[in-house]
Amino acid sequence: MSRQSLSKAHAKITELSWEPTFATPATRFGTDYTFEKAPKKDPLKQIMRSYFPMEEEKDNRVFGAMDGAIRGNMFRQVQERWMEWQKLFLSIIPFPEISAARAMPMAIDAVPNPEIHNGLAVQMIDEVRHSTIQMNLKKLYMNNYVDPAGFDISEKAFANNYAGTIGRQFGEGFITGDAITAANIYLTVVAETAFTNTLFVAMPDEAAANGDYLLPTVFHSVQSDESRHISNGYSILLMALADEDNRVLLERDLRYAWWNNHCVVDAAIGTFIEYGTKDRRKDRESYAEMWRRWIYDDYYRSYLIPLEKYGLTIPHDLVEEAWNRIYNKHYVHEVAQFFATGWPVNYWRIDPMTDVDFAWFEEKYPGWYNKYGKWWENYNRMRYPGRNKPIAFEPEADYQYPHRCWTCMVPALIREDMVTEKVDDQWRTYCSETCYWTDAVAFRPTYEGRETPNMGRLTGHREWETLHHNEDLAEIIQKLGYVRDDGKTLIPQPHLDLDDPKKLWTLDDVRGINFASPNVLLNQMSDADREAHVAEYKRGGPAGRPAKVAVA
Amino acid sequence: MVQTEVKPPTKERSFPKPVFTDAEAGALEFPSSTSRSYNYFKPAKLRATTYEDVTFDVQPDPDRHLSQGWIYGFANGPGGYPKDWTRLVSSDWHQWRDPNEEWEQTIYRRNSAVVRQISLNLENAKRAQAYSHWTPTWSRFIERNLGAWMHGENGLGLHVFTAVQRSAPTNMINNAVAVAAAHKLRFAQDLALFNLDLSESGIGFDGAVHKAVWQSDPVWQGVRENVELLTAAGDWGEALFATNVVYESLVGALFRSDLMMQVSARNGDYITPTIVGTGENDYARDGAASRTLFTMLAKDPEHGEANRAVLGEWLAHWVPISLNAARQLQPIWSQPLELVVTFADSLSTAKERLRTLLAEIGVASPKELDQ
Repeated sequence: MSRQSLSKAHAKITELSWEPTFATPATRFGTDYTFEKAPKKDPLKQIMRSYFPMEEEKDNRVFGAMDGAIRGNMFRQVQERWMEWQKLFLSIIPFPEISAARAMPMAIDAVPNPEIHNGLAVQMIDEVRHSTIQMNLKKLYMNNYVDPAGFDISEKAFANNYAGTIGRQFGEGFITGDAITAANIYLTVVAETAFTNTLFVAMPDEAAANGDYLLPTVFHSVQSDESRHISNGYSILLMALADEDNRVLLERDLRYAWWNNHCVVDAAIGTFIEYGTKDRRKDRESYAEMWRRWIYDDYYRSYLIPLEKYGLTIPHDLVEEAWNRIYNKHYVHEVAQFFATGWPVNYWRIDPMTDVDFAWFEEKYPGWYNKYGKWWENYNRMRYPGRNKPIAFEPEADYQYPHRCWTCMVPALIREDMVTEKVDDQWRTYCSETCYWTDAVAFRPTYEGRETPNMGRLTGHREWETLHHNEDLAEIIQKLGYVRDDGKTLIPQPHLDLDDPKKLWTLDDVRGINFASPNVLLNQMSDADREAHVAEYKRGGPAGRPAKVAVA
Repeated sequence: MVQTEVKPPTKERSFPKPVFTDAEAGALEFPSSTSRSYNYFKPAKLRATTYEDVTFDVQPDPDRHLSQGWIYGFANGPGGYPKDWTRLVSSDWHQWRDPNEEWEQTIYRRNSAVVRQISLNLENAKRAQAYSHWTPTWSRFIERNLGAWMHGENGLGLHVFTAVQRSAPTNMINNAVAVAAAHKLRFAQDLALFNLDLSESGIGFDGAVHKAVWQSDPVWQGVRENVELLTAAGDWGEALFATNVVYESLVGALFRSDLMMQVSARNGDYITPTIVGTGENDYARDGAASRTLFTMLAKDPEHGEANRAVLGEWLAHWVPISLNAARQLQPIWSQPLELVVTFADSLSTAKERLRTLLAEIGVASPKELDQ
């Protein structure tokens, strides 16, 4: 269809809307934003007649590549180190995708602009596409990769695992609470516009370097829909900016959404890219370098900063602090170490790091070895059962199990930044001041003196460890279902060696180990004990090292 | 002195090297090395279909595996997909499967086929100057009535089906409803673009009058009222039932199947039925999905009786609204020059269609239907 025909066709289909007089659509999802003064902003034009064949063509390419990968024995060349992390990633990502579909009626409810409704409805169908095409990719991995365990329990494990829950924010955050906060600022303006760059572009790049060219095939196909979604989000953002009353909410939501996306997405994707790869060429971009390019330059400088001309205050401080955490405070490395510490309650295997990895990390993140080298050497040394417990329970690993952030649910790994406060009658820990602010200030029914009755709430059993406090580790793993089909061998392993059964950990190897919740223990402490504990915790780290006893 | 050309050192290209890893299925035997199916749900049949594999449990549920519960809540209630967003109750919502087994591949293949079919028909019609044979009466009929109709399809797509797919407790239901939304939107747009073609065909077709007809022609106000009331239904189960069972039987199929598909050819129009027919085909699929869902609920071993009572209440409320919409359309049955069906016959067929559908679902036909 020519551009002229498309414009004419698009103009025609906008005639389909009308002003209702008998009844107006049910408002299922409220917002505290107002759009009374908003000019109508028209997003990218898309009509179904051109949309369906376009997507079908994209699909044909994807499915052709999948056939080719099987015929070409792609799995003889994929790196297990990489593929194991896909058990986590591909268990999470179909939920955010389908949540984005579910978010569209929330935006439609909230924004009185029929021209944008069409684009949002098309996005809904895109997201159904993304979710199911990703589930299908995972099925292909399960069928063709050497170790299907973990893929086979995928969505169950996603729903009962601590890491799955961290990822679930990137999904639940799209569909709950204030409709504009969720479906526009969090989903489209921040998650899709900024962080899909690392998710769907940077990560597939790394997959290809590890012998997996199907992840790039599927995810680049997904990413090619994102420009329309970004356009939808930008149109709504400009409409919201037209009303001065929205400004304080926009600034609140940009701070929350930016910081939460950073905490969650950088934790996960940073780990997959840095610790899932075997490609240690010195000129290969690190996650920090990719982040600087894709998010700092392409998003922050080219998209966010220009919004200042509309009088919006951009969270410069949080962008800089995210960079500071990634590059100087080694956020990704702390997270990867935590994932590896928790290996017995994962549903994927984590390959130990080698000297080649150490050298690369040192090159890209100077000082890395002094912080993390010793611990990864211990991880390697403790990788087989028999001589030691899992590393999390071995004192010589010199690692203090962390408190979990009540808001982003990634642990408070940069220990000196942890905030501890009594909120809603409970002592809670937060990884940062901004996560504390999110819970205590932003997600509340009033904000800066104005009523915000539609703002969501943080709910649920937010500290995963609480569910398993004082249980035996073997019982926890069995209850979670992370056991292989012989009824005893664990799905997770701290290595990739499947060739010898003696190297594989079983339930018997982890029986008798008590698992405790840091938050439950914190709330049981006296005020004095808690203060001392928190002070000591904040003096600990990096790399989870407990604080040294102060010398008088 | 002989000058030799000094070539600059060639910079070695940097790229990841292929490595033979032998990480393919079957390379080793170990516990779970053959566990190659999603094992966290029970397929409807012996083996899971691709549709089930890519759809089941993607939307988690605290009643199944979601151990930490929903981690975001609404200001006035829990987050996620609360089961009390409809009055209908199921002993296991997850039993329901979409009979059309829609997922990414089926959605695009089928709808692209429809797009191609319509495009070819429209191209051929232009080439054959098919519209030039239309009588002015038929031309007016299409510009006013099919023009008005497309608004309703679009409204239902955007404000009923798109809205409902946020609300149901399983991914199976929500995805099926999202596909129904896509159908409605595509069909409405196809009618609008047909309208555009006609207004450019040189037959004096008024491509703008449809808005005024839909907004204020008394004949169409019953349908518009019905559609707007459907968009206002807050209970997702009620919105889906009142649309796909009641409205589509009494009004949707009445207009598309019992009128347009019957009278167009007799009036020299062989294009309209091919377009309207795709909408009918969409409904045949989406209606079947709704039928099996409400059948499951009406025959639920624990809650069937209560569900049937709720469905009965909804029928008592919505049947009169849709019958009123249908009856207000009566004058258009006498507008075409060539008439092959009477309104009474068409309405009778529509009522019978609803009675049959309700019998299949397992809910009593309401007395309002006999009026």
